[in-house]
Amino acid sequence: MDKYINTPVTKDKLKDLKSGDYVYITGTIYTARDAAHKRMYETLLSGKEIPIDLKDNVIYYLGPTPAREGQVIGSAGPTTSSRMDKYAPLLLDKGLNGMIGKGKRSKEVINSIVKNKAVYFAAVGGAGALLSKCIKESEVIAYDDLGTEAIRKLKVENFPVIVVIDSKGNNLYETAVEDYLKKFKS
Amino acid sequence: MREISTDLIIDTVRDMCIEANLYLSSDMEGALKSAKDSEKGELAAQILGQLEDNLKIAGEEKIPICQDTGMAVFFVSVGQDLHINGNLTEAINEGVRRGYKEGYLRKSVVNDPILRVNTKDNTPAIIHYDIVPGDKLDILIAPKGFGSENMSRVFMLKPADGVEGIKSSVIQAVKDAGPNACPPVVVGVGIGGDFELSAILAKKALTRNINKSSELPHIAKLEEELLQEINSLGIGPGGFGGSTTALAVNIETYATHIAGMPLAVNMCCHVNRHVRKVL
Repeated sequence: MDKYINTPVTKDKLKDLKSGDYVYITGTIYTARDAAHKRMYETLLSGKEIPIDLKDNVIYYLGPTPAREGQVIGSAGPTTSSRMDKYAPLLLDKGLNGMIGKGKRSKEVINSIVKNKAVYFAAVGGAGALLSKCIKESEVIAYDDLGTEAIRKLKVENFPVIVVIDSKGNNLYETAVEDYLKKFKS
Repeated sequence: MREISTDLIIDTVRDMCIEANLYLSSDMEGALKSAKDSEKGELAAQILGQLEDNLKIAGEEKIPICQDTGMAVFFVSVGQDLHINGNLTEAINEGVRRGYKEGYLRKSVVNDPILRVNTKDNTPAIIHYDIVPGDKLDILIAPKGFGSENMSRVFMLKPADGVEGIKSSVIQAVKDAGPNACPPVVVGVGIGGDFELSAILAKKALTRNINKSSELPHIAKLEEELLQEINSLGIGPGGFGGSTTALAVNIETYATHIAGMPLAVNMCCHVNRHVRKVL
């Protein structure tokens, strides 16, 4: 089912999203991948403040290519989420409400998604040129030294994602393959 | 003796880096198109449509097909009657440096696997050299993204495992990769040689035209059977269920030891990039 949400987004709104929904996101999201996650995680564990307010926000696992003259951003598709699994539960506990990436998540992350009533979205992997067209503004706001892995604040319009794990813990990667096999292989 | 300059090599490699990241080869593009037409899964077909649009935008607006513009992997065959004026390895790396900068490609290489400081120019490249008869320089670049690279495997099988052992291991690797490797994938398989050669063969297999089967009849049969079995897993594009989990299974083989049957599976996403130039 097609749905539209604005970000930042509250847990109350996320309740309406179901595993398998096709969702268009409009609003502000932040990028962070491996190195930025490691740094945020270690900063939080040492009791210090991180450069973004996680509450109600969505993190996109992205390291874009550089923008050409006149472009907002370069190619901007999702990276594999499982590398962020070690760090995600702490960020969810601190108020993060959504993650956009691709691929499977660990049991710990799924449990944390349910506990915190968050959502895990997937964007289409390998469609970075197409996805870049939905990004209207991009600004590096922290960890500039990390290059492509810096934290960026993005303004997106109708950015297309699919709900993989909803706030109840339903997991599209498990159900979709089963459903497909039931429908076409019996 | 024929001579070529490193300047020509640098310019050629620069252009190849950019070309490989903006345009897929016609066999890959064609396979994605026909997959869209035959895909039974609804969401799966929608995703294949997005991938087609993505390729169009990439080529027209010069935005890389994928943001992971890869580590620059090369297969270079040097004719033994060719003289190169200068340092060949340095020339290839300089070409990568310029290509990744001038082509607005992502710099995805860190200097050390543990210290992890970005080298900021995507060097060093990974270069596999071969010395061959003749006076030509044959350069093949295959920029490799790590979403799929991370899902690759080496199995040191026993001779007694046979074809069934090969099949179940490849299928297991594809299942484990699931959505992580960005299906539809191309599965590069290397069988034989030793531990490291099997992996190099698997990578090389990815660079073969996906419409061309192995010239060895028993291997061509294995490619066909594996492709069919993989596509009956139901993983589908993006891992959202569908009939297109792999576009091709390409297998390369080599002689091996009486005691072993090394098997390497190099997974590649649908952005299976490679460009070849002969100088």
